[in-house]
Amino acid sequence: MIAVSVKNMVKTYGNVRAVDDVSFEVKKGELFGLIGPDGAGKTSIFRILTTLLLADSGTAAVEGFDVVREYQQIRNRVGYMPGRFSLYQDLTVKENLTFFATVFGTTIQENYPLIKDIYDQIQPFNDRRAGKLSGGMKQKLALCCALIHKPDVLFLDEPTTGVDVVSRKEFWEMLTKLKEQQITIVVSTPYMDEARLCDRIALMQGGRIMSIDEPSGIIKSFPKPLYAVKADNIYKLLQDLRSDQAVESCYAFGEYLHLTPKSEVDGREGIIALANKYNPQHLVVEKITATIEDSFIRLMQDQNGMDEFKQVTDGE
Amino acid sequence: MKQLFAFIRKEFYHVFRDRRTLLILFGFPVVQILLFGYALSSEVKNIGIAIQDNARDVNSSEIVNRIKTSSYFQVKDEIVNYKDVESRFKDGSIKCAIIFPANFGEDLYRKDGAQIQLLADASDPNTATIVTNYLTAIIKAYQQDLNPGTALSYQIVPQLRQLYNEEQNGSLNFIPGVIALIFMIVSTALTSVAVVREKELGTMEILLVSPFKPIMVLIAKAIPYLVLSLVNFIIILLLSVFVLDVEIRGSLVLIFAESILFIITCLSLGLLISNVTDSQQTAMLIAMMGMMLPTLLLTGFMFPLENMPWIFQVISHIVPSRYYYAIIKAVMLKGMGFSYVWKETLILAGMSVVLLSIALKRFKIRL
Repeated sequence: MIAVSVKNMVKTYGNVRAVDDVSFEVKKGELFGLIGPDGAGKTSIFRILTTLLLADSGTAAVEGFDVVREYQQIRNRVGYMPGRFSLYQDLTVKENLTFFATVFGTTIQENYPLIKDIYDQIQPFNDRRAGKLSGGMKQKLALCCALIHKPDVLFLDEPTTGVDVVSRKEFWEMLTKLKEQQITIVVSTPYMDEARLCDRIALMQGGRIMSIDEPSGIIKSFPKPLYAVKADNIYKLLQDLRSDQAVESCYAFGEYLHLTPKSEVDGREGIIALANKYNPQHLVVEKITATIEDSFIRLMQDQNGMDEFKQVTDGE
Repeated sequence: MKQLFAFIRKEFYHVFRDRRTLLILFGFPVVQILLFGYALSSEVKNIGIAIQDNARDVNSSEIVNRIKTSSYFQVKDEIVNYKDVESRFKDGSIKCAIIFPANFGEDLYRKDGAQIQLLADASDPNTATIVTNYLTAIIKAYQQDLNPGTALSYQIVPQLRQLYNEEQNGSLNFIPGVIALIFMIVSTALTSVAVVREKELGTMEILLVSPFKPIMVLIAKAIPYLVLSLVNFIIILLLSVFVLDVEIRGSLVLIFAESILFIITCLSLGLLISNVTDSQQTAMLIAMMGMMLPTLLLTGFMFPLENMPWIFQVISHIVPSRYYYAIIKAVMLKGMGFSYVWKETLILAGMSVVLLSIALKRFKIRL
């Protein structure tokens, strides 16, 4: 069963192609992630799927309903949490929740089991105005309000942006629990570490999807060996390695440099030999498996490389 | 239905939790009424007057006495030197002066009669006219008293009656106008930000992805302001009756019904503004500037419409408060019934329907 399907979606704002020929499908009960930096087109896709915006071309359907013609059916069936906190700041926690429950023709009691785990955490602040809650609390309240009518599909646009690490972790635990209730969840995030918690992810950049797969599949598809390199003067090492002919790509990653050699360099020994040319102090080299962020950076470089290539050929 | 009530309750929360709105809602009308009632009165009272009595005989002193005892005048100065009169005018302490010639009493009994000079500061022509009229009236009255038996033949005595406002209570004229102004501002301006605020704060984004109906939002937004405007109306009526001594002649039920109709017109206008603008500031500006000036100028309560250039007279026909002002004046002050105001009522009702349907049509179902 397909819960969400998007075919060749295009959305432009003036000259900017915010969504550029995007297609993907989300299965029922799946936790699907749109991963990408700000400006990748995630929010536009969410707004088109929640019937708030009209795409320039392409088609999209949620639960089998067309986002343009049958928008009312979709609005009845989905829960939406926009990236910006959008509840009534001057209403209390309880009043917000009651209001949204009533608007969807239900009551808090009716769907209490669904939101219980989340609501229990904010219930002590029932009489506090939503505007006075902390960031994490706001997100929990917004999630409660999006869930209160037991939606078939839940759209969460960057739910963890601007939220502390602990709350982020809690939030993802909640999503995992919700998945058990057979609710399809489409979530977007700029945080790569959250990507591996999804069933499937789409890596996005500049309005395009670069790759769609399970997180493990994305990691597996990383085409070349990857090494973590560390030395005392790491900035100098980065400069040196980048300028080396035998290095395909090298970038800072936490306290390490992640390095992909060209094929002629041979294994870990080869990397050590390569780095030693530049006399690094306390050199550490380890072979590592790629993370999603590595895959993302690689895909981005590939795409940019293609764009540059295109530009060059266009120029001639 | 339950959804509608939830919506309305939410709107009431918004209103009651926003101190600024409350202040506009209840502070503004009271200030307006008292301001127009006391400070901006067009009535003339306690006019500064200087008297130069060169005669100092029985007759001149009697007239001076009558001026002194009148509540309209306040004798600032009894002047000896004629030159001082001008300086008093210039420093603004007096608005008029009365000068008796030295042989005033003697002249009175001659064939040509006596003369008195009245001077008035006509930099404010209205006041000058009113002041000289008052003074002439006092002098005429004295003259009548002097020769009661010897009424001349062929004399025409106009019998004046100022109908509907015999006490010349200035409040009567402006109260209907101020009520119209207050409704226009409170109802239109406050509702004009109601929908656009949800757009600005982002709550519209979440609200749109729900099964609500636009008409429900519009009704829910309007009802709290309708109720509060009525409360306001009661406050204004009470202030008018008990503080400004306005007598309500017509049927209270009719006055209320017409007021509700006018409030609905204002609310529809506010909702329309709210639906076509993108920011609270723009909405407020349109409501305030676009509505307040026409209401002040083209309703007829400050400046008579009949004297305006024809273009303004034409424009005034689309100003809703014009009709409401006419209705309230007729019903409240003249005690007229519905049969005299049905035309205006119909126009207001028509305006409401048109404005509301445009608002509904312009309601954006997407971002």
